[in-house]
Amino acid sequence: MAAKGKTVPLTGNYAIAEAMRQINPDVVAAYPITPQTSIVETFSKFANDGRVDTEIVRVESEHSAMSACVGASMAGARAMTATCSAGLALMYEIVGVASGLRCPIVMPVANRAISAPINIHCDHSDSMGARDLGWIQIYNETAQEAYENVFLALKLAEHPDIQLPVMVCEDGFITSHCVQNVRIYDDAVMKKFAGERKPIHSLLDLKEPISVGAIELQDYFFETKRQQQDAMEKVPKVYLEVAEELSKITGNKYGFFEEYKMKDAEAVIVTMSSAAGTTRAVVDKMRNEGKKVGLLKIRLFRPFPYEEVARALSKAKNVAVLDRSMSFGAHAPLYGEIRNALYEMEKKPGLQSYVFGLGGRDLLESHVRQAFNDMLTGKVSREKRYLGLREASE
Amino acid sequence: MGKDMIEIRIHGRGGQGAKSASQLIVEAAMDQGRQIQAFPEYGPERTGAPMKTYARISDKPIETYEPVLEPDIVLVIDPTLIGQVDVTNGMKGDGILIVNTTESSSEIKKKTGFTGKVYTVDATGISIGLLGRNLPNTPVIGALIKVTGVIDIKYVEKRVEGMFLKKIGREKTQANIDAIKKAYEEVKE
Amino acid sequence: MKAEKFPTEKQTVKKQGWKDIPEGGIITRAASAKMNKTGSWRAFRPVIDESKCINCAMCVLNCPDNAIPFRDGKRGPVNLDYCKGCGICASVCPVKCIKMEEETKFRK
Repeated sequence: MAAKGKTVPLTGNYAIAEAMRQINPDVVAAYPITPQTSIVETFSKFANDGRVDTEIVRVESEHSAMSACVGASMAGARAMTATCSAGLALMYEIVGVASGLRCPIVMPVANRAISAPINIHCDHSDSMGARDLGWIQIYNETAQEAYENVFLALKLAEHPDIQLPVMVCEDGFITSHCVQNVRIYDDAVMKKFAGERKPIHSLLDLKEPISVGAIELQDYFFETKRQQQDAMEKVPKVYLEVAEELSKITGNKYGFFEEYKMKDAEAVIVTMSSAAGTTRAVVDKMRNEGKKVGLLKIRLFRPFPYEEVARALSKAKNVAVLDRSMSFGAHAPLYGEIRNALYEMEKKPGLQSYVFGLGGRDLLESHVRQAFNDMLTGKVSREKRYLGLREASE
Repeated sequence: MGKDMIEIRIHGRGGQGAKSASQLIVEAAMDQGRQIQAFPEYGPERTGAPMKTYARISDKPIETYEPVLEPDIVLVIDPTLIGQVDVTNGMKGDGILIVNTTESSSEIKKKTGFTGKVYTVDATGISIGLLGRNLPNTPVIGALIKVTGVIDIKYVEKRVEGMFLKKIGREKTQANIDAIKKAYEEVKE
Repeated sequence: MKAEKFPTEKQTVKKQGWKDIPEGGIITRAASAKMNKTGSWRAFRPVIDESKCINCAMCVLNCPDNAIPFRDGKRGPVNLDYCKGCGICASVCPVKCIKMEEETKFRK
């Protein structure tokens, strides 16, 4: 069923709150943190106005927010929260509990730098730091994409083969606070798509009682973790199924990544979130100048689609990977994954790492152009490069 | 930058409503069927600190998230920013500068060194007269409409109602609309 | 997710593979704690001098394993399947009628 909906001027955060309103989760437990705050603030307004039936749990910290969500989720409820940066860091312990207990919690993250120095602006160090905690991670470029992917995340998380939590990431301030055209699809259609959660087990089910959170030591812990890997490996198939279902409503595509002008591209930039928009604008301009450039925008970062990415990059001459976070003493997170993906290819493209935009530093079109020009002229090396960084005092 | 996209930068001080102004502009533009983008340059978010917000209006989807570096139009909500902040930074010769001030455009040209078109409007005076408070952010939109025609006043009126009616009631909302109209009439080159 | 067949105590020696256990480490059976016979951990055994006991139930209330029954106003014998021999009962007994004796004495 296609849903027309209506176009409204919304920020990324408001668009996410709209998705949550249509989903009408049973429980939302959250603690405010800039720049996530307006998601929960807006959603609380919906609850106060009686537009959702959600039980809002006002907690004293993010650790408690995730704890409340885990409890609710194990009781069979559809539970959501939202956070970023220090908030995500504070809930870290329970983030692992949520995935370990197989709670299908959906959590929007308005990506923000990890202190110190203290900074409220965007980079991906918060969710990248949590990339090995067993959550599915989807990165979003626009408010529209974030809105739609909350639904995709929900159905993916709750699928009986998956039962894993999902982070729906948007760039803090850049997307979270940017007013854009957003198409909000009809309530009835989206509510039907979201449906009701059908928990496999529930703490409140007296006929089939369960215990959760029991200790597992050397005897069973390893097996339980192996199951999480199994579920992650099942994600791509289910992701595509849910994507197809959602696509019928929206008409949009939801691949693991987006390929833009990649067919004959010699120089390719791989990046995520809002940087992909700026890169696409530069691709258009450079294509007008006759340059063979393209963009690979990664949406699904966990699980990482290694084989598909390798195929997509197989024709490129040189590939620049633009990371909005660092892994100190190691390859930047996205660059490392791309490098992994290319390992088994016989003819590998040249690969170059660029880090940009830490702590909200603007990514300018001139930076993107510089990376493309490096790739077009074969300036590829193993050095770590930085875009928009002051090498010397001005 | 192709002219299928109009880029606007608004200079104000924290608390003066520069963010609401950019939002009103793009909301009205969206109602006219355009693609839009509005975002502030968030700093430490202090009342009174100089800040700027950006707006883009286009007929094609807006992809870039780069801040507006070469604005076609600049609005200055607070006249005291002139001389303190480089309000014409990145502007081309055919750019349009609209300033809330009681000074003349030639005086502004002298102060800024800007050679393009300069328009002035006493948005503060209009605001104090009609709203009883210094809220120059809505009247400057009236000047923008008159000078650039980038948005239509009737769509702005509708959006002002949407933004204010519930919060401040019919009378004060109408005062805001009147202020926009007065600035529309009074803005001069 | 598969329904779990809970192993009996003897079967727990044979451990299940990752495909056969419930996901998330949940336990899909009620009162499964009963299967964990913590009495096997015991190094000291509480021995009650019935002639001194005043039926105050302090030991009953304080036993962390609920291993001392109390029915119809009377304390019953310690359930040695679950008594870990922690000695709390002996410690809280107001008339000192419980003595912790070495388990080895009973296992000859």
